[in-house]
Amino acid sequence: MLIETGIPTPEDIQSVTPSEERFRKGPVAIAECFQKIPCNPCTKACVKQAIRVEPDINETPKIDYDVCNGCGACIARCPGLAIFVVDKTYGENEALVKLPFEFLPIPEAGQKACGLDRSGKELGWFRVEKVIPGGKKNMTYTICLAVPKELAMEVRNIRVGGYQNG
Amino acid sequence: MIKDTEILVIGGGPAGLCAASAAASLGAHVLLCERDYVPGGQLVKQTHKFFGSEKQYAGDRGIHIGQRLVEDVANNPNIEVLSEATVLGMYEDGIVTVLHDNRHLKIRPKKTIVATGAAEKFLAFPGNDLPGIYGAGAVQTLMNVAGVKPAEKVLMVGAGNIGLIVSYQLLQAGVEVAGVIEAAPHIGGYLVHASKLRRAGVPIRTRYTVKEAYGTDSLEGVVICQLDESWQPIPGTEENIPCDTLCLAVGLTPLTELCWQAGCDMAFIRELSGHVPIVDENLETSVPGIYAAGDVSGIEEASSAMVEGRLAGFSAAGALGYQPEKAKELCAAAADELRELRSGPTGAKIMAGLSKVAAKQKAEKGGACIC
Ligand SMILES: Cc1cc2nc3c(=O)[nH]c(=O)nc-3n(C[C@H](O)[C@H](O)[C@H](O)COP(=O)(O)OP(=O)(O)OC[C@H]3O[C@@H](n4cnc5c(N)ncnc54)[C@H](O)[C@@H]3O)c2cc1C
Ligand code: SF4
Ligand code: SF4
Repeated sequence: MLIETGIPTPEDIQSVTPSEERFRKGPVAIAECFQKIPCNPCTKACVKQAIRVEPDINETPKIDYDVCNGCGACIARCPGLAIFVVDKTYGENEALVKLPFEFLPIPEAGQKACGLDRSGKELGWFRVEKVIPGGKKNMTYTICLAVPKELAMEVRNIRVGGYQNG
Repeated sequence: MIKDTEILVIGGGPAGLCAASAAASLGAHVLLCERDYVPGGQLVKQTHKFFGSEKQYAGDRGIHIGQRLVEDVANNPNIEVLSEATVLGMYEDGIVTVLHDNRHLKIRPKKTIVATGAAEKFLAFPGNDLPGIYGAGAVQTLMNVAGVKPAEKVLMVGAGNIGLIVSYQLLQAGVEVAGVIEAAPHIGGYLVHASKLRRAGVPIRTRYTVKEAYGTDSLEGVVICQLDESWQPIPGTEENIPCDTLCLAVGLTPLTELCWQAGCDMAFIRELSGHVPIVDENLETSVPGIYAAGDVSGIEEASSAMVEGRLAGFSAAGALGYQPEKAKELCAAAADELRELRSGPTGAKIMAGLSKVAAKQKAEKGGACIC
């Protein structure tokens, strides 16, 4: 159980997973934020107002997958580092996972990083496609990782360091 | 020599800084005493992004919020800040004594806002006096304020927000975190914090406690064991965790010595994590002219500490005759903001505690009337 281990259950994840039909249309944000806490910066981060925390600040966030275009602007703004973007249309066999990252060293685009699941288990080495700095104030990086399609809903972190070139 | 001041704010954390700014914005003159080298309170070591709403700068990192509050105070000509100024005593005749620059200052404020924050709790177990056993606050200060790597391998005790966040910051500093253990059956902190720690590979184990710590000259390891439904150790579940540091994040308790000394009515309220001064809706204690805001009146969050600080600051300034009508409106707005912050399940405990405070406050007021 999430509240005993910190690992969301498959049911938790299922409850926020967009439909395959939506995945076929392109990148989409997923908020893995399952607990009612007084928090809402995600709503302000999305200029398209795709994320809502309603009726009050304690509600869990709801993303309108029809409005969200997967731009990823919300990822670095969430203090819980709970928002990810998944693009299953990225390649024939590959999906792109955009995840928040706050450790040094930061990998560089083109390098390979070891992908981890929600329990920190290693899932393999994946290509870093892009690294987006959060800027001087925000400071959270967004790492864009190309992963096998079937791991798109599994990879949620990378191991710090040991990045491989090429 | 006695120094006169309109409003004295004790403590330069988020509550104290906001109290000073709020009171000064209405025109009152404020003196703020902070015992540390710099004001900022807990915020100077919070490198993570804060929760809450935009109104309380949510999404910004704690250190940046602190810098902003400190700048607001520094830029306000109505506020004087004394750092390295520890308030030692509050006396019946209204004199407050302060140790500053090796001198003993006497201050006579018209109103006083106590915003002294909280102190860390400790845990009793064999070996708990070994070097290498710290409170989470000390580890965080070493790491994030002094820039010292505090350990090679840490075991964290406590899966509340502080335990989870400090564990994450230890990882960021390149320290190995062997795990987080928690005696309760559930993780007490925000689950998003727990999840980000867990996906970095740190195990979180609920229903575990420290059995003993061992080591010759300093800590070499910790024996942990599992607890049953009635919180009793289960024999045979002992496990040895080698580590050079054990970090305790087992809760905070309000730092209320000055309130006791000033003669404020106090009550033990479990939900607020200890003895707290009984305050009214304007955060005034039973001693007229003394207010309490932030963690000192119940352990909560920086977001609510800031709003409580504002509320106390506005009401103290209003009571001194500075724009009393406007002060009243601003107090009402701050009270609304607090209600919103506390309206969810995580605020339910605080609300339960505060309603006990309100009940006691009414009872005491009622009593006074009858006499
Ligand atoms: C690890 C950690 C993570 C946290 N994360 C969050 C978060 O994400 N979001 C959030 O909203 N909150 C968070 N908090 C809680 C938040 O930091 C506190 O609730 C908040 O700082 C309380 O503010 P305060 O002003 O009441 O007390 P403090 O910040 O503790 O400030 C009290 C000040 O008073 C000074 N003082 C005490 N006694 C005296 C004296 N006698 N004379 C002079 N000065 C004195 C102290 O030196 C201190 O500077 C976190 C706390 C910790 C420890
Ligand atoms: S990915 Fe972009 S559009 Fe989608 S919710 Fe986040 S900010 Fe909004
Ligand atoms: S900002 Fe992040 S943690 Fe806060 S409500 Fe939104 S998704 Fe949850």
